[in-house]
Amino acid sequence: MSTIAEKFGREDWSRFTPKQRMQRYAAFAFCALALGWALGSIDVIWAWVWDAPEQMGDLLGRMYPPDPSNLGDILLVLLETVNIATFATALGVMMSLPVAYLAAQNTTPNRATLWFGRLILVTSRSVNTIIWALLFVAIFGPGVVAGILAIMFRSIGFIGKLLGEAIEEIDKRPVEALEATGASRFKVIVYAIIPQVMPTFWAVAILRWDINLRESTVLGLVGAGGIGIILQGAIDTFNWPEAATVLLAILALVVLGEVVSAFLRRRIL
Amino acid sequence: MLKITDLVKRYGKGNPVLKNLDLTIEGESVVSIIGSSGAGKSTLLRCINRLVEPTSGSIELNGTELTSLHGRDLRTARRKIGMVFQGFNLVDRLTVMENVQSGRLGYISTWSAVMRRYPKEDIRRAYELMERVGIAHYANKRADELSGGERQRVGVVRALMQNPEILLADEPTASLDPKTSEQIMGLLRDLAGELKLPVLINIHNVTEAKIYTDRIVGMRYGRIIFDDVPDKLDQEAMDQIYSGSPHADRSEDMKEAS
Repeated sequence: MSTIAEKFGREDWSRFTPKQRMQRYAAFAFCALALGWALGSIDVIWAWVWDAPEQMGDLLGRMYPPDPSNLGDILLVLLETVNIATFATALGVMMSLPVAYLAAQNTTPNRATLWFGRLILVTSRSVNTIIWALLFVAIFGPGVVAGILAIMFRSIGFIGKLLGEAIEEIDKRPVEALEATGASRFKVIVYAIIPQVMPTFWAVAILRWDINLRESTVLGLVGAGGIGIILQGAIDTFNWPEAATVLLAILALVVLGEVVSAFLRRRIL
Repeated sequence: MLKITDLVKRYGKGNPVLKNLDLTIEGESVVSIIGSSGAGKSTLLRCINRLVEPTSGSIELNGTELTSLHGRDLRTARRKIGMVFQGFNLVDRLTVMENVQSGRLGYISTWSAVMRRYPKEDIRRAYELMERVGIAHYANKRADELSGGERQRVGVVRALMQNPEILLADEPTASLDPKTSEQIMGLLRDLAGELKLPVLINIHNVTEAKIYTDRIVGMRYGRIIFDDVPDKLDQEAMDQIYSGSPHADRSEDMKEAS
């Protein structure tokens, strides 16, 4: 009778074969090469990079102390910025619901609607909010409407995609059970699918509102309303103390938004 | 009366899972279907309410041919077929009452369903049934707060809310502990008697099948090879039902064919 050790004992083991190891080294080398090439091919004016600390000090000097004389106006426009973000998020959420329904494989009526839904998602997501804003400023003229539409169009893709994925990941067994009761498609959606995606829905909507709050602060740079317009004006007229006030106000808003969304997440989820 | 004639189900191009199967269930009898995994028990049950599409054959429930129905007609027929599942298949985030009332979705208007404004008689019936199985005090609890046995009771009440003409139970006790399992089986038997309802139960536990059901159908790889009262299920019949493997069975088919 031989022992287990005699029969089965082996002490050589390595995670990768020599060939696999060489392939891994080659992949690392390739990545390093690609990075080096990327850095070499962009045209950096190094003198300006080394100059940066001095410029920064200079800018801060000109900004300090921030000028609060225009604070009332700034806060008013800041409120408008919040409204743009909130309203656009609400609209985007509503419009993303049917898109998510179309873009989820298990709810979409047929192949054509699936691809249509996905086309909307890709179009919305591949265009940056600022680009959407430029487009809508050209169509609707400068102002809040362009900003709201820009944020809404970008949000549809974001919310629609995440919600669509949530729909695809639901537990299918309750759906089967309700189909077995003779419920119509719509009722099955209302009773078996919506309750399951509700947590994701709220999480995504709050997250998007948080993101939109930040995005709406730069809309003004292209004339689409919000606090960005005042910032742009201050920078253009070299009114650095006021620019500092605006930047501080934006910082406060973003922090506040973070706090509110964290609170909502805790309360709702 | 449920009358299944020459039922065939084939997934894709493979061997049929159900092979020219005939089965008739009359009156308010409780019938259990036993057989090893892969015998086609679940497929048979799901063909009846068309969660699985039969390949050919006929299934008739109280005079209605089920295999040819589509759309609204199919939904109307499904209202009369209750189903209880192994995994309970409740909507976890809805309350017990909402889960129970979802058995009425085939009857009430879309608006009532969305607004949760259920008809008074439905609410009364829900409370009656929930009292009967002992879960009425959970009406406002979320379904995922309940224990396994309680969840399956919700599943049973949901199916009974449909006012079904037949109740299908697909391994209703396989996810439950032995004691709870017996309670649920007892409940199904008693309810069948009280509501004059034929019940068709897929089950792995042969002892429970013998105790709680009036008739045992033994399936082996798509065929019914035993169909009699529980007392007639002897060791020989058991061996026949549970011996062999899908592979061996298939090669048998090959021999028959050649």
